[in-house]
Amino acid sequence: MAIKIEDIELEDIEVSLLVEAIYQRWGYDFRDYAPASLKRRIRRIVEIEKLSSISVLQEQVLRDSDCMQRFLDQLVVSVTSMFRDPGFYLAFRTIVVPLLRDRPSLRIWHAGCASGEEVYSMAILLQEEGLLERTLIYATDLDQAALDRAKEGIYRLDLMKVYTENYQAAGGSASFSEYYHAGHGHVVLRKDLSKNIVWAQHNLVTDASFNEFHLILCRNVLIYFNARLQERVHSLIYESLAEGGVLVLGRQESLQFTPHESNYRVLDRREKIFQRVN
Amino acid sequence: MSLKLVVVGASLGALEALRAILPAVPADFPAALIIVLHRDKEETGDLLPLLESRCVLPIGFPLDKEPILAGYVYIAPPNYHLLVEGDHFAFSLDAPEDYARPSIDALFESAAEAYGAMVTGIVLTGMRQDGARGLAAIHRHRGVVLVQSPEEAVATGMPLAALVAVPSAQVLTLKELGKLLAKMTP
Repeated sequence: MAIKIEDIELEDIEVSLLVEAIYQRWGYDFRDYAPASLKRRIRRIVEIEKLSSISVLQEQVLRDSDCMQRFLDQLVVSVTSMFRDPGFYLAFRTIVVPLLRDRPSLRIWHAGCASGEEVYSMAILLQEEGLLERTLIYATDLDQAALDRAKEGIYRLDLMKVYTENYQAAGGSASFSEYYHAGHGHVVLRKDLSKNIVWAQHNLVTDASFNEFHLILCRNVLIYFNARLQERVHSLIYESLAEGGVLVLGRQESLQFTPHESNYRVLDRREKIFQRVN
Repeated sequence: MSLKLVVVGASLGALEALRAILPAVPADFPAALIIVLHRDKEETGDLLPLLESRCVLPIGFPLDKEPILAGYVYIAPPNYHLLVEGDHFAFSLDAPEDYARPSIDALFESAAEAYGAMVTGIVLTGMRQDGARGLAAIHRHRGVVLVQSPEEAVATGMPLAALVAVPSAQVLTLKELGKLLAKMTP
Protein backbone atom coordinates (compact mmCIF):
# COMPACT_ATOMS: atom_id res chain seq x y z
CA MET A 1 0.00 0.00 0.00
CA ALA A 2 2.12 2.88 -1.26
CA ILE A 3 1.20 6.31 0.04
CA LYS A 4 0.56 8.99 -2.55
CA ILE A 5 3.14 11.73 -2.23
CA GLU A 6 0.31 14.25 -2.27
CA ASP A 7 -0.87 12.95 1.11
CA ILE A 8 2.18 14.41 2.82
CA GLU A 9 1.80 17.70 0.98
CA LEU A 10 -1.87 17.73 1.91
CA GLU A 11 -0.97 17.30 5.57
CA ASP A 12 1.55 20.14 5.38
CA ILE A 13 -1.21 22.38 4.02
CA GLU A 14 -3.54 21.30 6.83
CA VAL A 15 -0.89 22.07 9.48
CA SER A 16 -0.22 25.55 8.16
CA LEU A 17 -3.96 26.30 7.87
CA LEU A 18 -4.53 25.05 11.42
CA VAL A 19 -1.85 27.26 12.98
CA GLU A 20 -3.04 30.23 10.95
CA ALA A 21 -6.62 29.60 12.10
CA ILE A 22 -5.53 29.35 15.74
CA TYR A 23 -3.55 32.56 15.43
CA GLN A 24 -6.50 34.45 13.97
CA ARG A 25 -9.08 33.01 16.35
CA TRP A 26 -7.14 32.77 19.64
CA GLY A 27 -3.96 34.81 19.19
CA TYR A 28 -1.57 31.94 19.95
CA ASP A 29 1.19 32.02 17.38
CA PHE A 30 2.66 28.65 16.41
CA ARG A 31 3.37 29.72 12.82
CA ASP A 32 7.14 29.74 13.30
CA TYR A 33 7.39 26.53 15.28
CA ALA A 34 9.76 23.87 13.93
CA PRO A 35 7.59 21.81 11.56
CA ALA A 36 8.83 18.29 12.33
CA SER A 37 7.97 18.26 16.03
CA LEU A 38 4.88 20.46 15.55
CA LYS A 39 3.46 17.97 13.07
CA ARG A 40 4.07 15.02 15.38
CA ARG A 41 2.32 16.79 18.24
CA ILE A 42 -0.64 17.81 16.11
CA ARG A 43 -0.99 14.25 14.84
CA ARG A 44 -1.00 12.94 18.38
CA ILE A 45 -3.73 15.43 19.31
CA VAL A 46 -5.83 14.26 16.34
CA GLU A 47 -5.41 10.71 17.69
CA ILE A 48 -6.26 11.62 21.28
CA GLU A 49 -9.33 13.59 20.17
CA LYS A 50 -10.30 10.60 17.99
CA LEU A 51 -10.69 12.78 14.91
CA SER A 52 -10.28 11.78 11.28
CA SER A 53 -7.98 14.57 10.11
CA ILE A 54 -6.18 17.79 10.96
CA SER A 55 -8.86 19.69 9.04
CA VAL A 56 -11.53 18.31 11.37
CA LEU A 57 -9.40 19.35 14.35
CA GLN A 58 -9.26 22.85 12.88
CA GLU A 59 -13.03 23.09 12.80
CA GLN A 60 -13.21 21.95 16.44
CA VAL A 61 -10.59 24.33 17.86
CA LEU A 62 -12.16 27.27 16.03
CA ARG A 63 -15.56 26.73 17.64
CA ASP A 64 -14.92 24.88 20.90
CA SER A 65 -12.83 26.64 23.55
CA ASP A 66 -12.52 23.44 25.63
CA CYS A 67 -11.02 21.69 22.64
CA MET A 68 -8.65 24.63 22.17
CA GLN A 69 -7.56 24.36 25.81
CA ARG A 70 -6.89 20.63 25.43
CA PHE A 71 -4.97 21.41 22.24
CA LEU A 72 -2.82 23.94 24.10
CA ASP A 73 -2.21 21.56 27.01
CA GLN A 74 -0.97 18.91 24.60
CA LEU A 75 0.93 21.17 22.27
CA VAL A 76 3.01 23.04 24.80
CA VAL A 77 3.59 20.03 27.03
CA SER A 78 7.21 19.73 28.02
CA VAL A 79 8.74 16.72 29.69
CA THR A 80 11.59 17.57 32.02
CA SER A 81 13.05 16.52 35.36
CA MET A 82 14.93 17.89 38.35
CA PHE A 83 18.66 18.22 37.70
CA ARG A 84 18.14 17.10 34.12
CA ASP A 85 21.65 16.69 32.58
CA PRO A 86 23.51 16.53 35.92
CA GLY A 87 26.73 17.35 34.07
CA PHE A 88 25.37 20.82 33.37
CA TYR A 89 24.85 21.59 37.07
CA LEU A 90 28.31 20.27 37.84
CA ALA A 91 29.84 22.56 35.20
CA PHE A 92 27.68 25.44 36.44
CA ARG A 93 29.07 25.07 39.96
CA THR A 94 32.68 25.21 38.81
CA ILE A 95 32.45 27.67 35.91
CA VAL A 96 29.54 30.05 36.48
CA VAL A 97 29.22 30.27 40.28
CA PRO A 98 32.64 31.99 40.64
CA LEU A 99 31.51 34.61 38.09
CA LEU A 100 28.35 35.34 40.09
CA ARG A 101 29.85 35.25 43.56
CA ASP A 102 31.12 38.85 43.61
CA ARG A 103 27.84 40.44 42.57
CA PRO A 104 25.87 42.08 45.40
CA SER A 105 22.59 41.06 43.77
CA LEU A 106 21.65 38.65 41.02
CA ARG A 107 18.83 38.62 38.52
CA ILE A 108 18.17 35.34 36.70
CA TRP A 109 15.69 34.68 33.90
CA HIS A 110 14.60 31.12 33.37
CA ALA A 111 12.81 31.32 30.01
CA GLY A 112 10.46 28.44 29.25
CA CYS A 113 10.40 27.01 32.77
CA ALA A 114 7.48 24.59 32.12
CA SER A 115 6.39 22.90 35.37
CA GLY A 116 9.37 24.26 37.29
CA GLU A 117 11.60 21.23 37.94
CA GLU A 118 14.72 22.89 36.56
CA VAL A 119 14.00 26.20 38.32
CA TYR A 120 13.86 24.48 41.70
CA SER A 121 17.04 22.58 40.80
CA MET A 122 18.81 25.89 40.21
CA ALA A 123 17.36 27.33 43.45
CA ILE A 124 18.74 24.36 45.38
CA LEU A 125 22.15 24.76 43.77
CA LEU A 126 22.22 28.50 44.50
CA GLN A 127 21.23 27.91 48.10
CA GLU A 128 24.03 25.38 48.55
CA GLU A 129 26.46 27.89 47.03
CA GLY A 130 25.19 30.63 49.38
CA LEU A 131 23.77 32.76 46.55
CA LEU A 132 20.00 32.26 46.76
CA GLU A 133 19.40 34.99 49.37
CA ARG A 134 20.61 37.74 47.06
CA THR A 135 19.04 36.29 43.92
CA LEU A 136 15.77 36.98 42.16
CA ILE A 137 14.72 34.31 39.66
CA TYR A 138 12.14 35.25 37.04
CA ALA A 139 10.69 31.95 35.83
CA THR A 140 8.51 32.42 32.78
CA ASP A 141 6.50 30.24 30.45
CA LEU A 142 3.84 30.62 27.79
CA ASP A 143 1.65 28.05 29.52
CA GLN A 144 -0.30 29.33 32.54
CA ALA A 145 -1.34 25.82 33.59
CA ALA A 146 2.29 24.73 33.74
CA LEU A 147 3.15 27.85 35.78
CA ASP A 148 0.37 27.04 38.24
CA ARG A 149 1.84 23.56 38.73
CA ALA A 150 5.32 25.01 39.05
CA LYS A 151 4.18 27.44 41.75
CA GLU A 152 2.80 24.58 43.83
CA GLY A 153 6.10 22.71 43.71
CA ILE A 154 4.38 19.32 43.98
CA TYR A 155 5.95 16.42 42.12
CA ARG A 156 5.45 12.67 41.85
CA LEU A 157 7.00 10.64 44.65
CA ASP A 158 8.05 7.81 42.33
CA LEU A 159 10.35 10.20 40.44
CA MET A 160 12.37 11.07 43.54
CA LYS A 161 14.71 8.09 43.16
CA VAL A 162 15.86 9.35 39.74
CA TYR A 163 15.92 12.98 40.92
CA THR A 164 18.06 11.99 43.90
CA GLU A 165 20.53 10.24 41.59
CA ASN A 166 20.56 13.29 39.33
CA TYR A 167 21.09 15.58 42.32
CA GLN A 168 24.06 13.57 43.51
CA ALA A 169 25.56 13.39 40.01
CA ALA A 170 25.06 17.18 39.82
CA GLY A 171 27.43 17.70 42.74
CA GLY A 172 24.80 17.94 45.48
CA SER A 173 26.28 17.19 48.88
CA ALA A 174 23.22 17.26 51.16
CA SER A 175 20.59 14.57 51.45
CA PHE A 176 18.10 15.35 48.66
CA SER A 177 15.16 14.41 50.88
CA GLU A 178 15.92 17.51 52.99
CA TYR A 179 14.42 19.59 50.19
CA TYR A 180 10.93 18.10 50.22
CA HIS A 181 8.17 16.69 52.41
CA ALA A 182 6.80 13.37 51.23
CA GLY A 183 3.03 12.86 51.03
CA HIS A 184 0.81 10.17 49.52
CA GLY A 185 2.28 9.52 46.10
CA HIS A 186 3.74 12.99 45.84
CA VAL A 187 6.26 15.33 47.43
CA VAL A 188 6.00 19.04 48.27
CA LEU A 189 9.18 21.04 47.81
CA ARG A 190 10.28 23.23 50.71
CA LYS A 191 8.65 26.65 50.54
CA ASP A 192 11.82 28.62 51.27
CA LEU A 193 13.21 27.45 47.90
CA SER A 194 10.61 29.51 46.06
CA LYS A 195 10.58 32.70 48.09
CA ASN A 196 12.90 34.43 45.61
CA ILE A 197 11.18 33.04 42.52
CA VAL A 198 8.74 35.17 40.51
CA TRP A 199 6.52 33.00 38.28
CA ALA A 200 5.12 34.89 35.30
CA GLN A 201 3.55 34.27 31.93
CA HIS A 202 5.79 35.42 29.08
CA ASN A 203 5.58 34.50 25.44
CA LEU A 204 8.93 34.38 23.67
CA VAL A 205 7.18 34.56 20.32
CA THR A 206 5.39 37.86 20.89
CA ASP A 207 6.54 39.54 24.14
CA ALA A 208 9.44 41.96 24.59
CA SER A 209 12.43 42.11 26.90
CA PHE A 210 11.35 43.02 30.46
CA ASN A 211 14.54 43.42 32.50
CA GLU A 212 18.32 43.04 32.41
CA PHE A 213 19.73 39.80 33.76
CA HIS A 214 23.07 38.40 34.87
CA LEU A 215 22.08 34.88 33.88
CA ILE A 216 19.56 33.61 31.35
CA LEU A 217 18.63 29.94 31.14
CA CYS A 218 16.77 28.92 28.00
CA ARG A 219 17.28 25.20 27.76
CA ASN A 220 15.46 23.04 25.23
CA VAL A 221 12.97 25.74 24.33
CA LEU A 222 14.46 26.93 21.06
CA ILE A 223 14.46 23.40 19.59
CA TYR A 224 10.72 23.86 19.05
CA PHE A 225 11.21 27.02 16.94
CA ASN A 226 12.22 27.43 13.31
CA ALA A 227 15.35 29.40 12.33
CA ARG A 228 13.49 32.72 11.94
CA LEU A 229 11.89 32.53 15.38
CA GLN A 230 15.15 31.36 16.94
CA GLU A 231 16.75 34.52 15.60
CA ARG A 232 14.06 36.68 17.16
CA VAL A 233 14.44 34.98 20.53
CA HIS A 234 18.23 35.21 20.39
CA SER A 235 17.91 38.96 19.86
CA LEU A 236 15.53 39.15 22.82
CA ILE A 237 17.98 37.18 24.97
CA TYR A 238 20.88 39.33 23.86
CA GLU A 239 19.00 42.54 24.72
CA SER A 240 18.07 41.13 28.11
CA LEU A 241 21.55 40.01 29.11
CA ALA A 242 23.99 42.32 30.91
CA GLU A 243 27.47 42.57 29.43
CA GLY A 244 29.49 39.76 30.95
CA GLY A 245 26.21 37.92 31.68
CA VAL A 246 25.87 34.20 31.13
CA LEU A 247 23.56 32.35 28.74
CA VAL A 248 22.77 28.66 29.05
CA LEU A 249 21.16 26.68 26.22
CA GLY A 250 20.18 23.00 26.00
CA ARG A 251 22.78 20.35 25.23
CA GLN A 252 21.90 20.05 21.54
CA GLU A 253 21.36 23.77 21.02
CA SER A 254 24.04 26.18 19.84
CA LEU A 255 24.68 29.73 18.73
CA GLN A 256 26.46 28.32 15.72
CA PHE A 257 23.62 28.71 13.27
CA THR A 258 22.49 32.14 14.57
CA PRO A 259 23.63 35.75 13.89
CA HIS A 260 24.58 36.32 17.55
CA GLU A 261 27.47 33.86 17.67
CA SER A 262 30.12 36.61 17.75
CA ASN A 263 28.50 38.32 20.76
CA TYR A 264 29.42 35.46 23.06
CA ARG A 265 32.38 33.43 24.13
CA VAL A 266 32.09 29.76 24.97
CA LEU A 267 32.52 28.91 28.66
CA ASP A 268 31.63 25.23 28.29
CA ARG A 269 31.15 23.69 24.85
CA ARG A 270 29.49 20.47 25.97
CA GLU A 271 27.05 22.05 28.41
CA LYS A 272 26.35 25.04 26.14
CA ILE A 273 27.32 27.76 28.61
CA PHE A 274 28.14 31.12 26.98
CA GLN A 275 29.19 34.58 28.20
CA ARG A 276 28.13 37.80 26.52
CA VAL A 277 31.28 39.70 25.58
CA ASN A 278 29.96 42.70 23.62
CA MET B 1 15.57 15.84 -1.38
CA SER B 2 18.40 14.37 -3.40
CA LEU B 3 20.57 13.17 -0.51
CA LYS B 4 20.41 9.52 0.47
CA LEU B 5 19.77 8.73 4.13
CA VAL B 6 20.47 5.48 5.91
CA VAL B 7 18.61 5.37 9.22
CA VAL B 8 19.42 2.68 11.75
CA GLY B 9 17.66 1.68 14.98
CA ALA B 10 19.13 -0.58 17.63
CA SER B 11 18.53 -1.33 21.29
CA LEU B 12 19.76 -4.25 23.42
CA GLY B 13 22.90 -5.58 21.72
CA ALA B 14 23.33 -2.35 19.74
CA LEU B 15 26.98 -1.72 20.48
CA GLU B 16 28.02 -5.17 19.32
CA ALA B 17 25.92 -4.92 16.15
CA LEU B 18 27.21 -1.45 15.23
CA ARG B 19 30.79 -2.43 15.84
CA ALA B 20 30.24 -5.24 13.32
CA ILE B 21 28.67 -2.99 10.67
CA LEU B 22 30.55 0.32 10.93
CA PRO B 23 33.97 -0.99 9.77
CA ALA B 24 32.36 -1.89 6.44
CA VAL B 25 31.28 1.71 5.76
CA PRO B 26 33.79 3.22 3.29
CA ALA B 27 35.45 6.65 3.42
CA ASP B 28 33.54 7.75 0.31
CA PHE B 29 30.15 6.70 1.71
CA PRO B 30 27.63 8.56 -0.46
CA ALA B 31 24.85 8.88 2.13
CA ALA B 32 24.24 10.28 5.62
CA LEU B 33 24.15 7.54 8.24
CA ILE B 34 21.83 8.35 11.18
CA ILE B 35 21.64 6.00 14.16
CA VAL B 36 19.30 5.78 17.13
CA LEU B 37 20.52 3.72 20.07
CA HIS B 38 18.47 3.13 23.19
CA ARG B 39 20.46 3.52 26.35
CA ASP B 40 19.74 3.25 30.04
CA LYS B 41 21.56 6.27 31.40
CA GLU B 42 21.56 9.92 30.44
CA GLU B 43 25.31 10.27 30.56
CA THR B 44 26.54 8.07 27.75
CA GLY B 45 28.68 10.40 25.70
CA ASP B 46 31.49 7.97 26.43
CA LEU B 47 29.91 5.58 23.94
CA LEU B 48 31.09 7.67 21.01
CA PRO B 49 34.79 6.76 21.23
CA LEU B 50 33.83 3.07 21.16
CA LEU B 51 32.15 3.60 17.79
CA GLU B 52 34.63 6.17 16.52
CA SER B 53 37.47 3.68 16.60
CA ARG B 54 35.52 1.37 14.28
CA CYS B 55 34.55 3.92 11.65
CA VAL B 56 36.50 5.92 9.08
CA LEU B 57 33.76 8.57 8.82
CA PRO B 58 33.36 11.50 11.23
CA ILE B 59 30.89 10.51 13.93
CA GLY B 60 29.05 12.57 16.56
CA PHE B 61 25.86 13.93 18.11
CA PRO B 62 24.22 16.49 15.78
CA LEU B 63 23.07 19.91 17.02
CA ASP B 64 19.66 21.48 16.50
CA LYS B 65 19.35 22.82 12.92
CA GLU B 66 22.64 21.23 11.88
CA PRO B 67 22.66 20.51 8.12
CA ILE B 68 22.54 16.79 7.19
CA LEU B 69 25.54 15.85 5.04
CA ALA B 70 26.66 12.76 3.17
CA GLY B 71 29.72 11.01 4.54
CA TYR B 72 28.85 11.66 8.20
CA VAL B 73 27.64 9.33 10.91
CA TYR B 74 25.14 10.98 13.26
CA ILE B 75 24.20 9.40 16.58
CA ALA B 76 20.98 10.46 18.32
CA PRO B 77 22.02 12.03 21.63
CA PRO B 78 20.53 10.52 24.79
CA ASN B 79 17.20 11.75 26.11
CA TYR B 80 15.94 13.64 23.01
CA HIS B 81 13.94 12.52 20.02
CA LEU B 82 16.00 13.16 16.90
CA LEU B 83 14.00 14.22 13.84
CA VAL B 84 14.82 14.88 10.21
CA GLU B 85 13.39 18.24 9.10
CA GLY B 86 14.12 19.12 5.48
CA ASP B 87 17.88 19.53 5.05
CA HIS B 88 18.65 19.67 8.77
CA PHE B 89 18.13 17.96 12.12
CA ALA B 90 15.49 18.87 14.69
CA PHE B 91 14.91 17.71 18.27
CA SER B 92 12.04 17.27 20.65
CA LEU B 93 11.61 16.47 24.33
CA ASP B 94 8.16 14.97 23.86
CA ALA B 95 7.25 11.95 25.95
CA PRO B 96 9.08 8.68 25.24
CA GLU B 97 7.48 6.50 22.54
CA ASP B 98 7.38 2.76 23.28
CA TYR B 99 9.34 3.67 26.44
CA ALA B 100 12.13 5.12 24.32
CA ARG B 101 13.63 8.59 23.91
CA PRO B 102 15.26 8.77 21.42
CA SER B 103 12.57 6.89 19.52
CA ILE B 104 13.48 4.94 16.40
CA ASP B 105 9.95 5.42 15.06
CA ALA B 106 10.24 9.21 15.38
CA LEU B 107 13.49 9.31 13.40
CA PHE B 108 12.28 6.85 10.75
CA GLU B 109 8.90 8.51 10.21
CA SER B 110 10.36 12.00 9.93
CA ALA B 111 13.07 10.74 7.55
CA ALA B 112 10.51 8.95 5.38
CA GLU B 113 8.32 12.05 5.15
CA ALA B 114 11.19 14.34 4.22
CA TYR B 115 13.25 12.07 1.95
CA GLY B 116 10.77 9.45 0.65
CA ALA B 117 12.39 6.82 -1.58
CA MET B 118 15.88 8.13 -0.77
CA VAL B 119 15.71 6.51 2.67
CA THR B 120 17.06 3.11 3.66
CA GLY B 121 15.79 1.94 7.06
CA ILE B 122 17.54 -0.76 9.08
CA VAL B 123 16.10 -2.33 12.25
CA LEU B 124 18.71 -4.15 14.31
CA THR B 125 18.68 -6.13 17.55
CA GLY B 126 16.48 -4.97 20.44
CA MET B 127 13.64 -5.79 22.79
CA ARG B 128 10.08 -4.47 22.46
CA GLN B 129 9.02 -3.03 19.12
CA ASP B 130 10.39 0.44 18.50
CA GLY B 131 11.24 0.84 14.81
CA ALA B 132 8.41 -1.29 13.44
CA ARG B 133 6.05 1.62 12.82
CA GLY B 134 8.90 3.71 11.45
CA LEU B 135 10.00 0.99 9.06
CA ALA B 136 6.42 0.70 7.81
CA ALA B 137 6.46 4.46 7.11
CA ILE B 138 9.69 4.13 5.12
CA HIS B 139 8.09 1.27 3.18
CA ARG B 140 4.98 3.34 2.43
CA HIS B 141 7.20 6.11 1.10
CA ARG B 142 8.94 3.60 -1.19
CA GLY B 143 12.22 3.52 0.71
CA VAL B 144 14.43 0.46 1.19
CA VAL B 145 13.53 -1.67 4.25
CA LEU B 146 16.04 -3.98 5.92
CA VAL B 147 15.91 -6.05 9.12
CA GLN B 148 18.66 -7.87 10.95
CA SER B 149 18.11 -11.62 10.89
CA PRO B 150 16.29 -12.49 14.15
CA GLU B 151 18.33 -15.71 14.32
CA GLU B 152 21.46 -13.69 14.68
CA ALA B 153 20.12 -10.81 16.81
CA VAL B 154 20.97 -10.62 20.52
CA ALA B 155 17.36 -9.58 21.17
CA THR B 156 14.68 -10.61 18.69
CA GLY B 157 11.79 -8.33 19.72
CA MET B 158 12.52 -5.41 17.42
CA PRO B 159 13.47 -7.42 14.31
CA LEU B 160 10.38 -9.66 14.67
CA ALA B 161 8.05 -6.69 15.23
CA ALA B 162 9.55 -4.96 12.19
CA LEU B 163 8.89 -8.06 10.09
CA VAL B 164 5.30 -8.22 11.28
CA ALA B 165 4.86 -4.55 10.30
CA VAL B 166 6.68 -4.97 6.98
CA PRO B 167 6.60 -8.66 5.95
CA SER B 168 8.34 -7.88 2.66
CA ALA B 169 11.41 -6.35 4.37
CA GLN B 170 14.70 -7.94 3.45
CA VAL B 171 16.25 -10.06 6.22
CA LEU B 172 20.05 -9.82 6.37
CA THR B 173 22.90 -10.73 8.70
CA LEU B 174 25.18 -8.02 10.08
CA LYS B 175 27.84 -9.13 7.60
CA GLU B 176 25.43 -8.79 4.69
CA LEU B 177 24.24 -5.40 5.95
CA GLY B 178 27.87 -4.24 6.03
CA LYS B 179 28.42 -5.41 2.46
CA LEU B 180 25.30 -3.62 1.32
CA LEU B 181 26.44 -0.33 2.88
CA ALA B 182 29.91 -0.76 1.36
CA LYS B 183 28.36 -0.98 -2.11
CA MET B 184 25.95 1.90 -1.74
CA THR B 185 25.76 4.31 -4.69
CA PRO B 186 24.89 8.05 -4.58
